[in-house]
Formats: sequence, structure tokens, C-alpha cells
Amino acid sequence: MPANRFNGFTEYGIGIGLRIPHYRHIFDHQPVVSWFEIISENFMIDGGRPLAVLDQILERYRVVQHGVSMYLGSAEKLNRDHLRRLKALVRRTKTPWLTDHLCWGSVDGRYSHDLLPMPYTFEAARITARKIREARDFLEVPIAVENVSSYAEFHVSRMTEWEFLNEVVERADCGILLDVNNIYVSSMNHNFDPQEYLNSVPVERVAQIHIAGHSKFEKYILDTHDHPVIDAVWKLYDHAIRRCGPTATLLEWDDRIPSFEEVHAEACKAEKFLPRTLPETVEALR
Amino acid sequence: MRLIELQRRMAADIMRPLTLHDNLSPKVKAADYVAPNGRLTSHERLEIYSRSYWYRILDSLYDDFPGLRAILGDAAFHKLSRAYLAAHPSRSFTMRNLGCALEGWLRPRRQYTGGKHALALDMVRLEWAHIEAFDGPSAKPLGPEDLLELGPGLRMSLQPYITLLDVHHAVDDLRIGVSRDENLHAAASNAVTAPRHGAPRRKSLPRQKEGIFVVVHRFDNSVYYRRIEPEGFRILTALRRGDSIATALEAGFAGSALSADEFEARIAKWFAMWSELGWLCQRMSC
Repeated sequence: MPANRFNGFTEYGIGIGLRIPHYRHIFDHQPVVSWFEIISENFMIDGGRPLAVLDQILERYRVVQHGVSMYLGSAEKLNRDHLRRLKALVRRTKTPWLTDHLCWGSVDGRYSHDLLPMPYTFEAARITARKIREARDFLEVPIAVENVSSYAEFHVSRMTEWEFLNEVVERADCGILLDVNNIYVSSMNHNFDPQEYLNSVPVERVAQIHIAGHSKFEKYILDTHDHPVIDAVWKLYDHAIRRCGPTATLLEWDDRIPSFEEVHAEACKAEKFLPRTLPETVEALR
Repeated sequence: MRLIELQRRMAADIMRPLTLHDNLSPKVKAADYVAPNGRLTSHERLEIYSRSYWYRILDSLYDDFPGLRAILGDAAFHKLSRAYLAAHPSRSFTMRNLGCALEGWLRPRRQYTGGKHALALDMVRLEWAHIEAFDGPSAKPLGPEDLLELGPGLRMSLQPYITLLDVHHAVDDLRIGVSRDENLHAAASNAVTAPRHGAPRRKSLPRQKEGIFVVVHRFDNSVYYRRIEPEGFRILTALRRGDSIATALEAGFAGSALSADEFEARIAKWFAMWSELGWLCQRMSC
């Protein structure tokens, strides 16, 4: 979606993830990049080099925060200490919107450090939506939630993943970080039509899009972020852009990270899908 | 099944130690709540998450304690890691803190260190201090001009990121040698900052010595191990404890082989150096 209330009314274009192996290149060559996505948790610390690096980046680039451990779908209450650290970082980066995952990962104070799948129930949707509202009120920044890749489904689920996503974002009145690679991965793991998922997404809530590579195994696909984006995912991205309009897009590459130029070139492949999307086409597809 | 019940059940199951062949324990009854699909059983689907959990936290500890690994060897380190992490699952949003209880856990468990217990404990203390120094909080340092106004009753302290270590093995030299040999993966942990390149070469291990006094600190956002004299170590220890300057100096001189004149001459030199390195800060703000 172009500028909307879920991305702070920004039009950020194509960004890439800020990763340690690229620091030297970024500081030496100062490449033109529309924006960097940072993993919030890497900078929710008290001092030292990571914050010094971040401050250098902020002098030159726009940054959007992406979190991995707010665990908005965990049944327990939000962690206030975590939120305070996150808010300090929000003030530092001035991120126009903030994202985290529609998942859970901690219980009774124990952390899995994973993005665990939700049961698609009304109770889970209610709890998650309430926590998203609380987090947004505390952090004072728009929040968009990301659909995750998953490898398991639960007997207790009462709706599809996309119905659950809609239920949560409508109740929370929040944005969506639409990860088209995750839709593809989950569609292969759970035998659903990714186009049906995409067609059900409320486009007016899409704040940002993720694209990434993954790894295919004999019986399932793993969301590894260690490969280029495959053609099937580019097709889904094309479809998403046709529905949403030009939307802030971020390439995730987190393991076996190639050179900065390679990652940047892969991200910029998204550009070819953007100019063709005329406003009247977008309207017609909604 | 309510959300909290499902999450407690799943967390307990995926955090349960893997079998010797890295499989999910056969005692887990995944079919009770995880649905199978045409390719994977409920057990296999949950196993994806369990392996991911264990590999992730084992990798993090692997990266954070290269010196301990060099002492024990990879196989013994792996065995120790699995036992430790089973006893101390993560209780923080960041894996940076995974090793915070390792020293206390390892101290009474000589069976994991193969006759190198004291050396291993010294290294664990150094490596945890390294992590603290890397991104721990700092306070406004006292500069040389501040020291001119010092009176004997004044109280000052040390930067919170500093650790004072009295060890009996040259673990500082060993750790520097290991780090030089081994480029470490930096994404999961803040302990080091370069990509991984294979296994470290085996080092000759240091023998037990009289006390070695090491200050683990950071300067210009890099971590350093600085050996200091025992008198200086006692002064810094007293300052951290909250003693006045006068009491700290008394503690430093007690039992010293230095003459009073020699001691006095060194005090001025030490305080000038500590101030230049930014180690000293006001008591109130630390």
C-alpha cells in the first residue's frame, strides 16, 4: 500500500536488512539505499559498538525497526521492561512504523527465540489483538504484524491462517507486514492456495512487504533467508503489488549472506514489478 | 485447549532435550495437539521446531564461548552445552544472556571439564566478562580534570561494563589466540564481530599460576583484557565496592611488597591511566 496510517504515511520504496557483514561496505562506500530495516533486538542494549554503529547509520539513512521477540501472540502479558527498551530505540531511530510477527515464542518467562505458530482460534485472536493495541499505545508508533512461515498446524484451529490474520488486524486496527515468501512457504507446507491467501488480505492495511529465499527439503520447506528469491515468490510479489500498489518492500537475507552488492541487486529486482502498477489497475484488482 | 495450555505444552515439548540422534523425544505426544499432513506426522512436524530451538541456542553458546571450546574440545563442549541449556533455558529476549549462569552451573560439575576444571572456570568468567564489556551500560567517565578535585572522602566507582577478574591461568592470552585463529559468526551474539571459518586450531593450554589480575573493559567500542598489578586490582575492587578513596588506597597497600614511596608514585600513574581509559565514574551515576 502506498503511504497510509499503518506506515506513518511514508513511501519508502525498496530497502534491505542492515547486517553486520555489510557494515564495512556501507561505511566505506555509502551506497544509495532507500532505507534499512534493523532487527530491533540487536540494538535494545545498554551501550557499546552496536549502538555506535546504529547512530552512524542514522546520520545518513532512514531506518525501520523489525522485531522478533515481542511475541504478540503469547498468552501472557506484554513484558514492560522489553517495551521500555523498545520505546527507547523507537525514539532513537524515529522509525515511522514498527513491525513484529504474528506468533508466540515465550511462556512462563522461558524464551524459545523462535517464531512459533498460532492456533487459529477466536481466543488467540482476541488476546493477540489486545496486546497489539497495548503495545501501540505504549510505543506511540504504528504497528504492523507479519505473517510467519509455519511447519505445524493445531487441532484446535477454527479458521484458516488468512482468516485469523484478518480477525487479528481488524480487532487491533493495526497494519500488516505482508511476507509473500512466508505465504509461499506455508502454502507448500500446509497445502493451500497462496493466491487465495493474498486475495483475502485487506490491502488498505498493508504497510510493508517482505520477500526472501528459502530452502526446500524432501517433505517440507524451511524459511531460511539464505537464497535468492525464487520465481514463484516473485510471481506472488507481483500479484501483491498489483493488489496493494507500490509498497515499501524489504529483502531479507540472514544466513550465508553474500556481498552487499549481491543483496542490493537482488532487492532491486523488485523494482521491475513497481512501475507497471498503475493506480487504475490497483483499484480494479481490489 | 486454551491458548496458555497449548503454549505451555508445546514449549515444554520443544525444549525437551533431543535424543542422541537429535530427534524429538519419543515420550512427546505431539498428536494430542499437532495435526499431521500428508507428508509429515504430528511428531515430525513438532520435531522441526524442537531441532530449530536446540540448534539455535547451541549455536549461540558455541559462538559466545570459543575459549572454553578450545580448552574442552568440541565434543565435550557440546555435551556441556546441552546439559547446561537443559538446566538453564533462556529467560531473556536476547540470546546474548544465555551464558549468564554458566559459571555457577559449572562450578560443582567437574564431570564436564575433564580434569581442566579450574582453567575452564577461569575461561568462563573471562568470556562472560567479554560479553558484558561488549555492550554493557556505561556512565559518564571522570576525566583527568575531575581527578584534580578528588579528596580522600570522595567515592567513585567503575564503569558498569568493567569486570575485575583474579584468575590463575593466562586465559586472556589463550582467548586472544583463539579469537585470532577463529573468525566467529556474529549474528546471534554480540560477543564477536566476524564471520565463521571452520574450527579453531587446538591451543596449548596455560598452566596454573599465581594470581593474574585482569580488567576486562572496552575502549573505543572494542573489548580489551588489561593485566594490572595486584595493588591496583585491590584499589579498583574497593572502589567498585563503594569504599572511599582513602579506604581503597589502604586496601591497595595492605600486604603489598612495594615501599610506601613506590606505592605513592604508582598511584598517580594508575589513576591517570584509569582515567584516560574511562574506567572511573561518579558513584551516584554508576
